[in-house]
Amino acid sequence: MKRWSMRLEPIANPTLGRRLMPPATALVATVTIASLLAMTAGANPFSVLGLILKGAFGSKFAILETLNRATPLIFTGLAVAVAFRAKFWNIGAEAQLYAGALVTVVFGTGLLPWPSIAILPVIMILAILAGAFLLLIPALLKTRFGVDEVVTTLLFNFIFLLFISMLLEGPLKDPMGMGWPKSARVLAEVRLPRIVEGLRLHWGFGIAIISAFVIWIIQTRSTLGYEMRAVGLNKEAAAFAGIPVNKVLVKTALLSGGLAALAGFSEVAGLKGSLTLDLSPGFGYTGIIVAMLALLNPLGVVIAALFVAGIFVGADSMSRAADVPTYLADIMLATALLLMVLAIMLTRFRVVRD
Amino acid sequence: MEIIEILFTASFWAAAIRIASPLIFATLGELICERAGVLNLGIEGIMVAGAFAGWMAVYSGTGLWTGVCVAMLVGMAFGLLHSILTVPFGLSQHVVGLGVTLLATSSTYYAYRLALPEVTSPPKIEAFQPFEIPLLSDLPLVGPALFSQTPFTYLAFALAVVVSVVLYRTPLGLAVRAAGENPAAVAAQGLSVSAIRMGAVVVGSGFMAVGGAFLTMSAFDSFFFEMVNGRGWICIALVVFGSWRPGKALLGAVLFAAFDALQIRVQQTGFGADIPYQIFLMMPYVLSIVALVVMSRRAEVPAALMVPFNKGER
Repeated sequence: MKRWSMRLEPIANPTLGRRLMPPATALVATVTIASLLAMTAGANPFSVLGLILKGAFGSKFAILETLNRATPLIFTGLAVAVAFRAKFWNIGAEAQLYAGALVTVVFGTGLLPWPSIAILPVIMILAILAGAFLLLIPALLKTRFGVDEVVTTLLFNFIFLLFISMLLEGPLKDPMGMGWPKSARVLAEVRLPRIVEGLRLHWGFGIAIISAFVIWIIQTRSTLGYEMRAVGLNKEAAAFAGIPVNKVLVKTALLSGGLAALAGFSEVAGLKGSLTLDLSPGFGYTGIIVAMLALLNPLGVVIAALFVAGIFVGADSMSRAADVPTYLADIMLATALLLMVLAIMLTRFRVVRD
Repeated sequence: MEIIEILFTASFWAAAIRIASPLIFATLGELICERAGVLNLGIEGIMVAGAFAGWMAVYSGTGLWTGVCVAMLVGMAFGLLHSILTVPFGLSQHVVGLGVTLLATSSTYYAYRLALPEVTSPPKIEAFQPFEIPLLSDLPLVGPALFSQTPFTYLAFALAVVVSVVLYRTPLGLAVRAAGENPAAVAAQGLSVSAIRMGAVVVGSGFMAVGGAFLTMSAFDSFFFEMVNGRGWICIALVVFGSWRPGKALLGAVLFAAFDALQIRVQQTGFGADIPYQIFLMMPYVLSIVALVVMSRRAEVPAALMVPFNKGER
């Protein structure tokens, strides 16, 4: 009896069909799985999908809600994309997000009594530095001691959230907060203005788009971008070519941590106004999905973030209308992530039986 | 002084062994995967799925051990998904692992909401009860600490012995270790590296799920969201701390659990009352990082860990 086995063979010149079919199939399969799950909840799959689309993009309010939800995801998606490109596995964007938010409330609640034009950029830079510093620790542990950054960044998420919880029940607690673990609100000068007067969309979204372009330019037009890609492709070869691998990894970490921290800055200064423990419903982790769906391309991150935010916002309103648990959105995204990495591989390799 | 006293109470060590049990299962599971050359970051989500599956089975009327088997099967199913994507297709073990954690966690929460739509607090089950081993449980200190636990805890320690024997004393164990050290040599022997690695991930994931089930079926008697709370990530640190050896990993889990039990008790002393409780809750995670840094210098990482094996290329 012959054992079943397979191997992968690279395709020299993939045809257009070869490059489009697997991702398209992955997308269809994701939607099919979500529909089947909706049916187990006793709902009509077509109306569920329709409700998600309508909830995400069906009205001016829905679109603005989706754009607002996409804003932190663009930042965390960029943070992950930058890091993963150099094969630096930053899973700690959640903690870095809170670092940015923390700095925003510490300096934004009266410590710096300056006008908007001065205080906003200063706080933004301080937030970036805080996020960068937080990721510097796992980066140095990796380059100095060879400690795997996946586990350290994951564990830092738990440590830093407990640290925030401690501050919110201690020195940062709002005396007017009726006992809730919540910080005081930031000053009016620290609030990010709206992009268009009367529309509920703040400049955090604008900064996110600008960041995506800046990162795209760094990656495609600068030496650092070239070095980060080289380190990610083959560390040994990069070192042999004279690239200071550890220095590049540390720079990557600083950039990644800073980007994730901007998500926290933008959520506090643009949307929430204060810091609570539920500021982020896992934006840091969702950033990984965003980055992977975008194939780690900074401009793709914007589109992927809109898609992911749309699914979340749409699923929220679908859940209220059709009585299907909102976790359907998370399942859809996890499925899309797994199928998409498989599909991307299948655009470049063919499966051969032997 | 109070801390020294705590160290000599039986209830402290009993708690340490109890806290260690789920970690032992999941750490052994991760260890098997990594010895075969696959990092399984699905561990956190698989523990959540196992915690729910075992508890839900018992809540729907099956026996306790059947519940453990159900949890194991659910874990193996997620392990199969992980191994198909990472072994024959050789996809990034980081990305797939995190994807499996997200998928397992979200589908568990989805299933929970579907199964129990109306409840405000999750129902309780009749969980595993302590079983005092005759004679041994009468020993001072060791008796109540080690031999008055639930059968589920005894299973954890037995499993460590079994995994150790299989890994070091059987041809199967040799094949698993070789798949993680030198897969080309395994293939040269006419064995399938893919089959060995996939088998290891499937079985290892089953153990992770059983570790999760311990939480809902022995440590507590109910299922809560967030109840795994990073234990999976801690187990990954424990594998490193134990230098990929079952015995050392078991020791690491008990040591770690002892610190955890200690911090809970110190919180209640006069000295601990002045310190914010979050500091104590941070300790397990900080400790894991410290352990990683300390052990990193002399870690004997499986040589082919995270290296996909494709027969086509050499």
